[in-house]
Amino acid sequence: MNEAIKRISDRVGLPRLIISLLFFSICVMALILKLPASSLISDVIRRFGMFGILALAMIPSIQCGTGPNFALPLGIVCGLFAMTITIQFGLTSLIWGNGFWASVIIAIPFAALAGWIYGMMLNKIKGSEMLVATYTGFSIVSFMCIIWVVIPFKNPEMAWPIGKGLRVTFALDKSFAYFLNNFLMIKIGEIIIPTGLLLFFFGTCLAVWVFLRSKIGVALRAAGDNPKFAQASGIDVDKCRIIGTVLSNVLGAIGIIVYAQSFGFVQLYLAPLYMAFPAVAAVLIGGASAKKAKISHAILGVFLFQGLLTVALPVANQIFSEGNLSEVLRMIVQNGIILYAITKVGGAD
Amino acid sequence: MDEMNNISVQEYKDKGKNLKRFFIEHSATMLFLVMCIIASYFSGYPVSSIVREIVTRLSRNAFLVLSLIIPVLAGMGLNFGIVIGAMAGQIAIVAVTHFGIYGIKGFLLCIVLSTPLAIIFGILIGRLLNKTKGQEMIASLIAGFFTMGLYQFLFLFMIGTVIPMKNKVLMLSGGVGIRNTIDLGRNDKGIKYALDNLWKMPLWKLMIIASIISTIVIITIYFWNKRKGKDVNTRKLIFNLGISFLVLLGGIIVLNGGKRFVRIQVPMVTGMVIAGLCIFNVLIVKTKLGQDFRTVGQDMHIAKVSGINVDKIRIIAVTISILLAAWGQIIFLQNIGTLSTYGSHVQIATFSIAAILIGGASVSRATIGQALLGVVLFHTLFYVSPKAGNNLFGAAQIGEYFRAFVAYGVIGISLGLHAWRKAVGKK
Amino acid sequence: MQEKYTLQMKDINKEYYGNKVLKGVSLSVKPGEIHALLGENGAGKSTLMNILFGMPVIHSTGGFSGEVFLCGEKTHIKSPKEAMELGIGMVHQEFMLVPGFTITENIKLNREITKDNFISRAFKNDSLKTLDIKEMKKDTRKALDTLGMDIDEWARVAGLPVGHMQFIEIAREIDKKGIKLLVFDEPTAVLTESEADNLISAMKNLAASGISILFITHRLDEVMQAADNVTILRDGELVATRKKEETSVSELAELMVGRKVEIIPTSNEKDYRISTDNIILSIRNLKVNMPGEEVNGIDLDVRKGEILGIGGLAGQGKIGIANGIMGLYETSGDIVLKGEKLELNNTKQSLKKGLAFVSEDRRGVGLLLDSSIEHNIAVTTMQIKDKFLKKMTVFNQMDNKAIRQHALKMIEELDIRCTGPSQLTRRLSGGNQQKVCVARALTLEPDVLLVSEPTRGIDIGAKKLVLDLLVKLNREKGMTIIMTSSELAELRSICDRIAIVSEGKVEGILKPTDSDRDFGLMMAGQYHKMRCKEAK
Repeated sequence: MNEAIKRISDRVGLPRLIISLLFFSICVMALILKLPASSLISDVIRRFGMFGILALAMIPSIQCGTGPNFALPLGIVCGLFAMTITIQFGLTSLIWGNGFWASVIIAIPFAALAGWIYGMMLNKIKGSEMLVATYTGFSIVSFMCIIWVVIPFKNPEMAWPIGKGLRVTFALDKSFAYFLNNFLMIKIGEIIIPTGLLLFFFGTCLAVWVFLRSKIGVALRAAGDNPKFAQASGIDVDKCRIIGTVLSNVLGAIGIIVYAQSFGFVQLYLAPLYMAFPAVAAVLIGGASAKKAKISHAILGVFLFQGLLTVALPVANQIFSEGNLSEVLRMIVQNGIILYAITKVGGAD
Repeated sequence: MDEMNNISVQEYKDKGKNLKRFFIEHSATMLFLVMCIIASYFSGYPVSSIVREIVTRLSRNAFLVLSLIIPVLAGMGLNFGIVIGAMAGQIAIVAVTHFGIYGIKGFLLCIVLSTPLAIIFGILIGRLLNKTKGQEMIASLIAGFFTMGLYQFLFLFMIGTVIPMKNKVLMLSGGVGIRNTIDLGRNDKGIKYALDNLWKMPLWKLMIIASIISTIVIITIYFWNKRKGKDVNTRKLIFNLGISFLVLLGGIIVLNGGKRFVRIQVPMVTGMVIAGLCIFNVLIVKTKLGQDFRTVGQDMHIAKVSGINVDKIRIIAVTISILLAAWGQIIFLQNIGTLSTYGSHVQIATFSIAAILIGGASVSRATIGQALLGVVLFHTLFYVSPKAGNNLFGAAQIGEYFRAFVAYGVIGISLGLHAWRKAVGKK
Repeated sequence: MQEKYTLQMKDINKEYYGNKVLKGVSLSVKPGEIHALLGENGAGKSTLMNILFGMPVIHSTGGFSGEVFLCGEKTHIKSPKEAMELGIGMVHQEFMLVPGFTITENIKLNREITKDNFISRAFKNDSLKTLDIKEMKKDTRKALDTLGMDIDEWARVAGLPVGHMQFIEIAREIDKKGIKLLVFDEPTAVLTESEADNLISAMKNLAASGISILFITHRLDEVMQAADNVTILRDGELVATRKKEETSVSELAELMVGRKVEIIPTSNEKDYRISTDNIILSIRNLKVNMPGEEVNGIDLDVRKGEILGIGGLAGQGKIGIANGIMGLYETSGDIVLKGEKLELNNTKQSLKKGLAFVSEDRRGVGLLLDSSIEHNIAVTTMQIKDKFLKKMTVFNQMDNKAIRQHALKMIEELDIRCTGPSQLTRRLSGGNQQKVCVARALTLEPDVLLVSEPTRGIDIGAKKLVLDLLVKLNREKGMTIIMTSSELAELRSICDRIAIVSEGKVEGILKPTDSDRDFGLMMAGQYHKMRCKEAK
């Protein structure tokens, strides 16, 4: 009996198994509590598309050997910065996708540059990437907090009417809020399917997939899989790691833009501080480890993790009206999963 | 001590070089010193309030920062897990506040209650870190986040449901969960200042007394050694006496600095507890256990080969650290006077670690002096930067964000440098 | 009778997973005797020592058979700690010293002298006792004086010369109470000549004071210089025990290496294959900074169409040569390939110019263990020669069809036993993994194939298959092969010429048919010294 369980957990992966069971039982509870299924399903789908690319950003970084990208906030602030530029300069006409495409286009070079510099740094600290990445993320977020205050952007949509700097949260109503979500949106009964959002997410997945099967992608994966092998095959391991980092960072920047349009708001200042953790947890739940990951892990993981959180919220509110049980649950699940993955990295001794 | 004796005459001759090396080695600390002075200047705070604030914050935070030293000694890096100790301390405080025991009795009960909790947490974290050798810091960081989730679960949902408790003051109106903030000084029925107010002494008095006592001690030791025919170092004697004299001078300046200066009080018992911990840290190194910490810290493999139970030693090191952190958090909170149930512990590790790093410590080396100096510098910056930011840029948030950036940045850079050296060393 | 010996090991047998590594070995050491234990790598020296010290690796693999007597008493040592308590000490090859500690702290590592203080008394806890630095220093001084070392006992170990560190290791052993037997594991390997001389005289002093010494080495002249008796192991068997007076360097060399050599009778057909003046790869003054296998200036010419063997003892630098040529470790010198100078420290160039490498570290360097066989075979060639790619506008895609086709061809040609080309290489046996490595190298269509330790860690049947494969490639495709191996017999069975490397230099080049004595002398680095003496 015990062995059968162990075999299943070995094959499926312990995190994936636990979260699937949890997700399933919470869904059952939602049914018992007679929560409106259609709106829950719509929410799950929307959150899935919203967080998808942020989790996808973990794939190239894990595959190139730098581990889960705990410095995701670095990419995120690039995306945020691009969005503030877009709003400031009013690039919100339809040609610019109400500002969505403009933000993406502006974000990419910033994110690529930041990723490149950061990637070079990561090559100097091989073996301690996760910890340094975490604090790089924290540092850049707190640094950008200062920038948000001093930046001379005055557009009333995002600046404080009096005083200095940008607002903590600003709405995208007049620009690209729900730009992707509303594109070709379908309603099946009560269930809303944000076609554009899903298309964009799966399109990005496809692009990453194609990239990873190209010559350079194969080199990158070999470098992550076994750096010594890659070196003996004439592959420049350091370069591959930089490329992976750049790609991860760019995906992080695009990811936050997609997130913002789906949310309808941009959150500045300390909002991105802990954003890497749910993304890392998602890919781990999807079946990845700190050293191995596939695109399918990101897709499945985001679905399970965000699905769990989305359904847990109303269920938890039914049980405990006060206090945010679903938030506490998120903290426990997310960090527990990451901790589990870390014990699998070093524990060999 | 022996190291100081061993400095040869030759090295004294290269004073210029030494000075240069000194500045390079301590560049981070120097940078922060300069930054503190500039920020203090622009904050416009009077010197007296800065001094008062330093005294308060030193007594408030030093214990926590000192709890970081032993894991560093044992080669486990900076223990981000002290938040877990802090939570153990807070659980004890909530319990004691609920029991309605206050004053120094309540404080001591907090210490007693937190001890078994912290030891259990310490052993668990120690085991976890033994499974993640080489990744201790990230593991302890994430373990801290994870425990925070459990802690919230305990205080928000378990209390009033699984754990029966009835207390209108402490609990949320629904009867489930603990309030966000708990006033520890309510009608003098909490543990606020329980330790600090036991015995206070004006700063000037303390400084003058301290300088007189230390002068007597220094001179006695000198002549004692001389009579016993031991090597005596006159240069050192003069140096030590000079410092005593400076302290005396400082005391006199404080005394004559005006009312505000004279009013600065030092919580003597807290100070003694901190001094006690310093002495503990010094003494433990001189024991067999301390030597085992050092050996494990230097080379785990050799330690294992020579028969030391490496895993056990590491668990002991982390447990001591977490236990001290629990006590440290209680000292911290009795000074602050309000417990933010879900917030007081969150930044404890970050700020303590940033402080010790600013003091000149690194992932592999940390001393008591670095810890204390770091607390002074970091918390001076912490105190003055919002005001300085406001005065300089017209926005107080800049100062606030700046100090957060300093804390994270200093940790990031220090960890990065350590990882870089490790990577270079491997090649 | 038996009291005469400090240590007696009788009829020791040991198996690792059915593989006999010690076959009836016996060894006796008298008090005050310096006994040398001689043998190639893998002869069983370290296993014998592991048994003596009761290392966990012995017990976890089913123990051993045979008897061990200590001072005439039968003992069964179960742990290194027990060995220590019985008075057996080991001076390690790689130092077990903590560089940040002082000499005293190192010598007293985990044997610190402590004294009670009021806390330890209160808690009755030994680990809270204070260190008695004064006593520790005193003991250390005594041990250092015994060895004639005039050095501050409170000096930090970091920064001391290597020779000193060795002596500190010895001091630690003699500081242990009741030490009866000291084992020196290749102690001179890292020392300069004068340091080695010092060490040997220290060993003699210790032996004179009644301590028995077991001296593991492969330096024959040191054996003659220091030892009273010599035991020679080969392939887990006791070859001979000799008194020093009754033997010579050349006899020891012969005993150490000699074995039944099966030589494939190919000498006749070889001549037309290899032309002496067609040098395909010429190496001059090659230096490779590969830790543990440094190469210090090698000159070597490889003839087109030959199989050149590179042999030598472990740690002497033979492994470094191929790794250096491939640019995997920092290299200097000149390499000329097909008349063209090769850019050094550039793996990509080496591969592009027609070299291919099968690494000695099969699982670490040779394979992507979690990728399929076909992916492993194709990946290097894809990166180097842009093959197996479908042209697309931006990112050329992997051509799965071409990869599959090629992999199937290779699997058939090399007879790789697998469930199919998509099987993960981790699941393959050692021999088949090695074949995948060879297939990957062959896919590059190289002019020169460098193969390091091709048979390490694979079973006997598979060994033969791999060697046959190399011969076949050489004969049928005319491929030039440079094969590095620790197994001399294997080199002698398939190579045309064998270069023996000692201390990072080529000691000499031999034909497979040359005598055991010559091979032995060269491996021990004694060939030239002997020749010089004979000339005189």
